[in-house]
Parts: sequence; C-alpha cells; structure tokens
Amino acid sequence: MIVAQRKNIPELLSIVEKHRKVLLLGCGTCVTVCLAGGQREVSIIASALRMVAKLKNRALEVEELTIERQCDNVFLEQAAEAVKNTDAVLSLGCGAGVQALAERFNGKPVYAGLDTAFIGILEERGVWAEKCAACGQCVLHLYGGICPITRCAKKMMNGPCSGSREDRCEVNPDRPCAWQLIFKRLKEIGQLDRLKEIKPPKNWRPSQSGGCRTIVREDHRV
Amino acid sequence: MKPQVFEPKIVAFCCHYCAYSSADLAGSMRIQYPPNVRIIRTPCTGRLETEYFMKAFENGADGVLVAGCLEGGCHFVEGNLCAKRRVTYTRDMLAEVGLEKERLRMVNISAAMARPLADTITDMVETVRNLGPNPLKSKNNLTNLTKLETRS
Repeated sequence: MIVAQRKNIPELLSIVEKHRKVLLLGCGTCVTVCLAGGQREVSIIASALRMVAKLKNRALEVEELTIERQCDNVFLEQAAEAVKNTDAVLSLGCGAGVQALAERFNGKPVYAGLDTAFIGILEERGVWAEKCAACGQCVLHLYGGICPITRCAKKMMNGPCSGSREDRCEVNPDRPCAWQLIFKRLKEIGQLDRLKEIKPPKNWRPSQSGGCRTIVREDHRV
Repeated sequence: MKPQVFEPKIVAFCCHYCAYSSADLAGSMRIQYPPNVRIIRTPCTGRLETEYFMKAFENGADGVLVAGCLEGGCHFVEGNLCAKRRVTYTRDMLAEVGLEKERLRMVNISAAMARPLADTITDMVETVRNLGPNPLKSKNNLTNLTKLETRS
C-alpha cells in the first residue's frame, strides 16, 4: 500500500489560509490503513484545524468527508456536492488522490494535507517500512523476494558492500542489511546459485526518467 | 464581595474496572473531591481515541483526565498502555494547535485507590485553574460537551 503521514497542524493552516470554507477530504483506501488520512484522521485533523484557527482569530469552516477512493474518478463523484459547496479541498489522500481531485474539479483549489512517503507494508503495530520503489522493472525473482533497490541503502545489485556490522546496515544500524536477508532467504529456498550470476547495471529507463509513466492496455480500452 | 474564582470544567474518562469504581468508593468513604469533573465511564481506557480528547477540547473542556488501571493490571491486558500512547500523541497535537499539554493528563488508579483519585482530581483542577480557561471556550456553546460523538 501507499504509506503517508500527516503534515503538522500549523503547516496545514498556512496551506488553507486564503480560504474561509474548506473541505477536508479523507480516503478510505491506503491512507486509512496507514492511519494517516481515513475517516478518523479527518475527524481529528478537522478538530485541530478549527481549534488552531479560532486561537489565531481566523475564520475557518472545515467540512469533513471521507470517500472510498480518491484516485478513481468513479468514487470522486461522491465528493462532488461537498466540493461544490466549499472554497477549497484539503485532501488527506496520497499524491495520486490529490492530483485526481485537481483534474476532476478544475477551477477548485486542491491541496495536499499529507506527505506521501512510499510503497510499503505494516512491519509491526505502528511501524511501516518501504518495500517497493516502483522502479518499473521488477528484479525480486533474482533476490529471493527481497528488493535490493528499496532495502539496501546503497542499492547494491551484486552482493553486500562489506560495510555491514553483524546483520545491520552500515548506513542505518536500525535496519537489517538487505544483503544479509537476501543471502539467508536464497539459502533457505536452495537458490544460492543465483548469486553467482553477475547482474549488469540496472536499466533505469522504466523508472522515473522522462516524466510521468503510463501503462496502456489496448484490450481494455473502449 | 468574594472575588470570583475560575472553576474549570474537566472531562474525566474513567475506566469501568478501576477509576470509576474508585470514584464510587470515594463516595462510600465520604472522601470529598472538587465537583469540577464530569465523569464519563468507559469500558476500558483502550477504547478512547485521540478524536474524543480533541472533541472535548474543541467543545470547550478546560481539561481532560484519563484514568485507567495500574500498568499491568488492565482487565483487557494492555488497553491502558494503548491509552497512554494515544494521550502522549494527543498532547503533542495540542501543542501544535497552541493549547497547553498539561490540560490533558493520564493517571493510573486501581479500584481501591479512592484517596489517590481524589488527590489526583484536586491536583488536576488546580493545574488547570492555574492555566486559566480553555481559550476556545468563549467561542463555543458548552452544552455541546454532552454531544461527544462516538463511533460504533
């Protein structure tokens, strides 16, 4: 899922400072699961915004709404009426949600209330970790299902950097060395021979070069 | 004429299994505590969410007291520890908003601790009295205090 975290309250207030009536719009998908922008967070942040605005003698009305998914035009229709009745939208969706809103409701200011961080998973209660960099050409099959691009601080593709201590990363000792994990995992599944093969430099063209990436499925087009 | 003293209104979320019972015991023992608290019984402090505290302050509460079981003694194993972390998170958010962190406090009280509960309430009332009224209060209708939303 996409993992995000909220901006601090004074920053959110400064983002909407030009408006008197704002729709705080949550998203029921990824950001609900990572406890950043679901119905509950909308309620909490709306309260905080109203309070800070009153304390600063600012007139600010905050409407609350959470829809199932902000990155899908079909679901955006659920917010159309509320968007129409407010001066601006402060989205608690990910970056994709914010941009989908801005495209759907042209002429209406749309702002991001979250900092979208990464694609990751819940590692333990209250801890999310990045697992995928969306590089566009997955190599997980070569590394026992552990991504060296995301999880190795130096993105090493042909073995460890030799800087790790025990099984800890040299750059961030709080994190395990990705190559230690890769070696352990490949040994467990009997595929250590995969490490004998030298991998060529990674092709980064499918990644974030050349602007916005698109995928076209002709069989699904109408 | 006596000078008017600020009497804070404090919402006290009390766990059914400990602090609420100790308030009951305080009554039986004729132990007095300030009438500034509005006690709300909860099945466990682990049921409390950040939004409850925020709504209380938004609606004009001068202080919020969360009273759960002693650590290690929660009826639901670790509900009070969850509440402790949420209170810490909310205190930081109150600071971001511009309210004093001291207006929100969590304490651990067993069902037998009637006197410590009374002392805690007295201390909380004095702390909030010194901080002064919730600055949001003048712009709110206090009757909303009874309309805290709950999520099913």
